[in-house]
Amino acid sequence: MLFLSKKQDWLGNIRGDVLAGLVVALALIPEAIAFSIIAGVDPKVGLYASFCIAVITAFVGGRPGMISAATGAMALLMVTLVKDHGLQYLLAATLLTGVLQIISGYLKLGSLMSFVSRSVVTGFVNALAILIFMAQLPELTHVTWHVYAMTAGGLAIIYLFPYLPVIGKSLPSPLVCIIVLTGIAIYWQLDIRTVGDMGELPDTLPIFLWPEVPLTWDTLKIIAPYSIPLAVVGMLESLMTATIIDDLTDTPSDKNRECKGQGLANIGAGLLGGMAGCAMIGQSVINIKSGGRGRLSTLIAGSFLLIMVVFLDEWISKIPMAALVSVMIMVSIGTFSWSSIVNLKQHPVSTNVVMVATVIVVVWTHNLAFGVFVGVLLASLFFANKISHFMYVESELDEANSIRTYRVIGQIFFNSSGKFIAAFDFKEAVDKVVIDLHRAHFWDITSVTALDKAVIKFRREGADVELIGMNEATATIVDRFGIHDKPEEIEKVMGGH
Amino acid sequence: MNTNTNRVLACIDGSSLTEAVCDYAAWIAQRVDAPLKLLHVIDHHPETAATLDLSGNIGLGSQEHLLEELTAVEQQRSKLRLQQGKLLLQAAKDRVIQAGIADPDSNQRHGSLVESLIELEESIRVLVIGIRGKAHENRPDKIGAKLESIIRSLHKPILVVNDTFKAPQHIMIAYDGSKATEKAIDMVAISPLYKGLTCHLVNVSKDDAATEQLLEAAVSKLKNAGGIEVTTKKLQGKPDQALCEYQDKHDIDMIVMGAFSHTRLHDLLLGSFTAKMLMNAKKPLLLLR
Repeated sequence: MLFLSKKQDWLGNIRGDVLAGLVVALALIPEAIAFSIIAGVDPKVGLYASFCIAVITAFVGGRPGMISAATGAMALLMVTLVKDHGLQYLLAATLLTGVLQIISGYLKLGSLMSFVSRSVVTGFVNALAILIFMAQLPELTHVTWHVYAMTAGGLAIIYLFPYLPVIGKSLPSPLVCIIVLTGIAIYWQLDIRTVGDMGELPDTLPIFLWPEVPLTWDTLKIIAPYSIPLAVVGMLESLMTATIIDDLTDTPSDKNRECKGQGLANIGAGLLGGMAGCAMIGQSVINIKSGGRGRLSTLIAGSFLLIMVVFLDEWISKIPMAALVSVMIMVSIGTFSWSSIVNLKQHPVSTNVVMVATVIVVVWTHNLAFGVFVGVLLASLFFANKISHFMYVESELDEANSIRTYRVIGQIFFNSSGKFIAAFDFKEAVDKVVIDLHRAHFWDITSVTALDKAVIKFRREGADVELIGMNEATATIVDRFGIHDKPEEIEKVMGGH
Repeated sequence: MNTNTNRVLACIDGSSLTEAVCDYAAWIAQRVDAPLKLLHVIDHHPETAATLDLSGNIGLGSQEHLLEELTAVEQQRSKLRLQQGKLLLQAAKDRVIQAGIADPDSNQRHGSLVESLIELEESIRVLVIGIRGKAHENRPDKIGAKLESIIRSLHKPILVVNDTFKAPQHIMIAYDGSKATEKAIDMVAISPLYKGLTCHLVNVSKDDAATEQLLEAAVSKLKNAGGIEVTTKKLQGKPDQALCEYQDKHDIDMIVMGAFSHTRLHDLLLGSFTAKMLMNAKKPLLLLR
């Protein structure tokens, strides 16, 4: 299954895929290099990873046309591991990440994405953009004015070059930016940092390496705390990117296969001396924009990247960091969801709070998983709160017989139980209390306990209590909830609403 | 397949065979007294990019912008195709009404032809389809790219039209005694489609005694059904060539046979009899699956 793909996924769009693949490869290099440096390893670790992940996901990924490689989101999670234990442990952690992702693919955890609401996704994307931007700052602090001028010039080329007639739309402006800035730096022999200063570049094709770590319990204890967040963040970003590409291309993708594919790709990366990676939002959007749709585009991007860095390593090492910073700032700006800012005014406050909280937590912790966790939690709380408003109690008094009848209507669960109890007047002296639950729905044990409490209280006041419609009301506390997807089932459970 | 809610489904795409497809569909619908439905499928190609922009940069709001742009392009394309499809369907409808069908249905669907047909399979009694679509219109040496997938994935009778309409008088059943053709004989025997036609039961093989028996059994089945005039013939040589020659000589208007009883792998290695017949036959083939 994992290797099956339709012919049209590969050959349906050859021209577009090849050209887009070439364009995307150019946007992969800066991210791989920049984030290798941030993770504290040689650029070749990121570049090998990008090659490996892109090529493997081309075959086994669940979303044709999506670009996966070494990413910033993942690199930020491994900084301390590399600092404390070195590269070999990073490779081992990468392998474990892959294994975890494959397992979650088989457990179909991809479907858990339905709990991640739109505002959490937006928050994630915005946080990612901010992280990518912040990662460029070290290259822009304590440097001469040349670097600022180069970066500004680079951005100007990237955004203005496409407006040129004829060549504007046929030459990738990031490539033009890199070539022009490299030319300037060499011509004037500027003393600014270049890629070559940042560490070793690949000079051969990647070779098979088993990480040199002892296969012990201790090793597992060291790498697991890194592998688990890596696996989670990798899947989150990949699945979110897949959703974005689904929307852009109006085609479906296989989310569980994507999880497995990411896992396999990470195992491949770990065995070839690369770091863990995942799908990239910015580069995938560039791919679609450039006309890439099929698996071929991802394969070309990965292969072309490796060919370039292996055979042009002399030239690559001369690229000034300022050029890569410009490209990465572009990726960051393009990743940012601009409409989320525009929509802040129209969206409900709770949605905005979820989005902003997600962003703040991520930027604070540099861990996208924490941000998503907080976002999902907040969103669920807001949802529970909203639902608890759908409950009211009406009552009437039969003075002659001294009977008070309460009719409970709506959703009763942990959050609305307090409101439920408060609706009863325990101080009223009546002989009999009837609680009509025909149109009430008890969702959990808290609500049942609340009802018990109310009954006991009335009895202590000396009233007889009669419950009507108890069976219908509690039908909703079916753990392992039956599927209520037929009209008559819904009617039974939600009757009267 | 005998319930009357099942329809004769004619697939039209505006190629030169469309008119013949309509005529044959009308002919079948009238003979078996089933409603006729005309289908036009708008095949989208989401795997192909509509626009090519190699500027390679993304900026503020480029995701939203890109979505807007791609949607606009596709909307325009789909609208155009929708319009063309409607015209085609109208023309086809007029044609079958003239041929005497009282109230033909027409249907337009998005998606790939194979998938659409699989979704509709339950309501199909007979599928009528041209041997090649618009893409291969001027390539008499090719059969339609999706035809084999369609035949393989549907389990309903399929009439593959490859010539202008001529009301069949003489039909030929290619019979080899296999389970598939055995079933085909049963279907021919009970269907009102073949009443009053001359039926040539043709067998190509070498083994005489066994085939004799098979043919006899088949003939008696057809004769018992009544209304079908049967002649039998044994031929020698390569089945596809022998059958096509026989068809020429005896003025056969339609060939009835089983189809693709082997797996794709088998056919890939040894060649498929059905594929050869599709290539070589000059008259419509009714494939019974």
